[in-house]
Amino acid sequence: MATTAEGFDAPTAGHGGDHSHDHADHKPGFFARWFMSTNHKDIGTLYLIFAIIAGIVGGAISGIMRMELAEPGIQYLQFWAQFMGGTSDINTALHMWNVFITAHGLIMVFFMVMPAMIGGFGNWFVPLMIGAPDMAFPRMNNVSFWLTVAGFFSLLFSLFVPGGTGPGAGVGWTVYAPLSTTGSVGPAVDFAIFSLHLAGAGSILGATNFITTIFNMRAPGMTLHKMPLFVWSVLVTAFLLLLALPVLAAAITMLLTDRNFGTTFFDPAGGGDPVLYQHLFWFFGHPEVYIMILPGFGMISQIVATFSRKPVFGYLGMAYAMVAIGVVGFIVWAHHMYTVGLDVNTKMYFTAATMVIAVPTGVKIFSWIATMWGGSMEFKSPMVWAMGFIFLFTVGGVTGVVLANGGIDDNLHDTYYVVAHFHYVLSMGAVFSLFAGFYYWFPKMSGKMHSELLSHIHFWLFFVGVNVIFFPQHFLGMNGMPRRYPDYPEAFAFWNEISTYGYLIMAGSMLIFFANLAYAFTAGRKAGNNPWGEGATTLEWTLSSPPPFHQFETLPVIEDHHDYHDHMPRDERPATA
Amino acid sequence: MSAANPSIDDKNLRTGGLALLGALAMLGLGYAAVPLYDLFCRVTGFGGTTQIASEADANKAAQAGINREISIRFDASTARDVPWSFRPAQATDTVRIGQRDIASYIARNDDSVAITGTATFNVEPAQAGKYFHKIQCFCFTEQTLQPGQEVNMPVLYYVDPAILEDEFMADVEQITLSYTFHRAKEAVSTDS
Repeated sequence: MATTAEGFDAPTAGHGGDHSHDHADHKPGFFARWFMSTNHKDIGTLYLIFAIIAGIVGGAISGIMRMELAEPGIQYLQFWAQFMGGTSDINTALHMWNVFITAHGLIMVFFMVMPAMIGGFGNWFVPLMIGAPDMAFPRMNNVSFWLTVAGFFSLLFSLFVPGGTGPGAGVGWTVYAPLSTTGSVGPAVDFAIFSLHLAGAGSILGATNFITTIFNMRAPGMTLHKMPLFVWSVLVTAFLLLLALPVLAAAITMLLTDRNFGTTFFDPAGGGDPVLYQHLFWFFGHPEVYIMILPGFGMISQIVATFSRKPVFGYLGMAYAMVAIGVVGFIVWAHHMYTVGLDVNTKMYFTAATMVIAVPTGVKIFSWIATMWGGSMEFKSPMVWAMGFIFLFTVGGVTGVVLANGGIDDNLHDTYYVVAHFHYVLSMGAVFSLFAGFYYWFPKMSGKMHSELLSHIHFWLFFVGVNVIFFPQHFLGMNGMPRRYPDYPEAFAFWNEISTYGYLIMAGSMLIFFANLAYAFTAGRKAGNNPWGEGATTLEWTLSSPPPFHQFETLPVIEDHHDYHDHMPRDERPATA
Repeated sequence: MSAANPSIDDKNLRTGGLALLGALAMLGLGYAAVPLYDLFCRVTGFGGTTQIASEADANKAAQAGINREISIRFDASTARDVPWSFRPAQATDTVRIGQRDIASYIARNDDSVAITGTATFNVEPAQAGKYFHKIQCFCFTEQTLQPGQEVNMPVLYYVDPAILEDEFMADVEQITLSYTFHRAKEAVSTDS
């Protein structure tokens, strides 16, 4: 398993005697390595394993929901209410539905996408790509991870304690007051809020760590304008986290004190305003959706460039498009609340500001296509996922521009059209980029090659599955089916049934994914330093696969002949696998 | 890790500290949003927040001598835990812009215990908030009703003549004034 470091990392050069370790691949024992980890690659691995487990839980919950929605009427909710320790009356069953949508949303946002994108790939590859030996604050990195795990357990715990009408917090991922204050007695909502506190604190510490690492620990010669776009994306994401999450923390802390200590921040009886909660939540919530997609943008840029064997088109435009998306993302929040009673001028501003975001996003889509244009493209597994991302994210972007209109949103607000829109950008956009990144870097992380065949089958099944789930939901929404209900009139039955079939196809594709993992770890070919060939030109490909436990003890140097794209040492361009 | 450059740890601590300070500032801003939002609504009339006017303001508005009328609709409701009958004495009223007018609401406590209520208020359309001035209102203070007690609750108001110069009010023919009674609680913020 331990491979000798190569490239920049040759451990032969004599260092000063101040190192506690004298070999780059000296690893601590199992418990110390995985539970007290300070190594960015191990913490990245922990985050990825955690995200996969959370994804299974969140995905299973969506399976329960699609099962219930397969036909009109309430079929299974009473069973689940009893299963979770509640009574079988109809109100508890309906409460159970709210608990499921809440858990699904919170788990997928805070415990699947964010840990995988930022904690997993960010931790693994930001230090490698900028030529740093580790993150700036390795022990704080460990704290971030375990805070996230604790947050997940707090959320799971909330499912088993009273939440008012039944067990669990049934407040939606938005936790709107007054449903979350006077509307939900019992400790479940407190545990759910506490879960957000823990995950948020972990993410804020992680963001601090990334900002410090990227600003201070780049290899000599690696200027900001020579950084790989994935590093840019994590840098912008870290700023968004740092500025947005504390506002959520403030808002949910006010919820907690409103619930438990008699304050009235959001209670009109004491001079508060529930709409203020929505403003605070979405001031966080809108940047949050970019937090979930920007690292994906970064990964797609790396992958498209690699498999087109071309530098990414318009590098500076790509980097500053992400900055622009991040900045504008802070001033469009009220497009989530067009129906609270905003006057027409306010709606006009938020409509215009929201549509402006389509410009830098369009720059990115254009540049990805322009990168592929005339490139010598290779349709390896990461590339098909990346191209699936570009297509489906654009579909989600188009419905986003539709929803950005205050007037149209009056009709579509809280319908399945919105559900379809944000699943196109998240469960297709973010998740496709996660799988693209996973297949791209899996050989580097594990040292084993996955099966290209299984990856392609996984892709096509997943692609068909998610489209069959979510495309019909546009029709349901246009026809007025509201979200957040477990039941619907007969008129909506047809497309709901189709949508549930789509879930089965998607779930089947996930079995192939896990089979592929099993294949790679048991029978996978050994991966060389650079399995993707000459298109892969960032620093992680100069290292062995998996990289040594400690890398870059001699810092790599980015020379004048290196540009933003090619960071390979001139004399030792690694052989392609 | 710091062997290459002995000052990198200090540099990291400074950058990391600044980043955390930024996060702390945003946390503070989150809380500052509570009074700021209140202030913002009162100053700009955002969300249909009505204005408070003095007698002098009202006299000045009346002297403008505008000969235009506007219709006012009155709306009343109570929170779920307030067992009061609460209704406007008149559904609509037509007033001359700039002239003060008095409207009455009637509230009766249907419960067997005394209840103290406080009324929240706004106007619709939301952009009319900054032109709707109240000189006196039962909503400025808490109201206590004894069991079975019925009272007349007056509101003295006028519509600011400046409404005629606002192009976004040009198509507004009626302003709805709405009140909701809640059970009074200890207030956190100072007003609204």
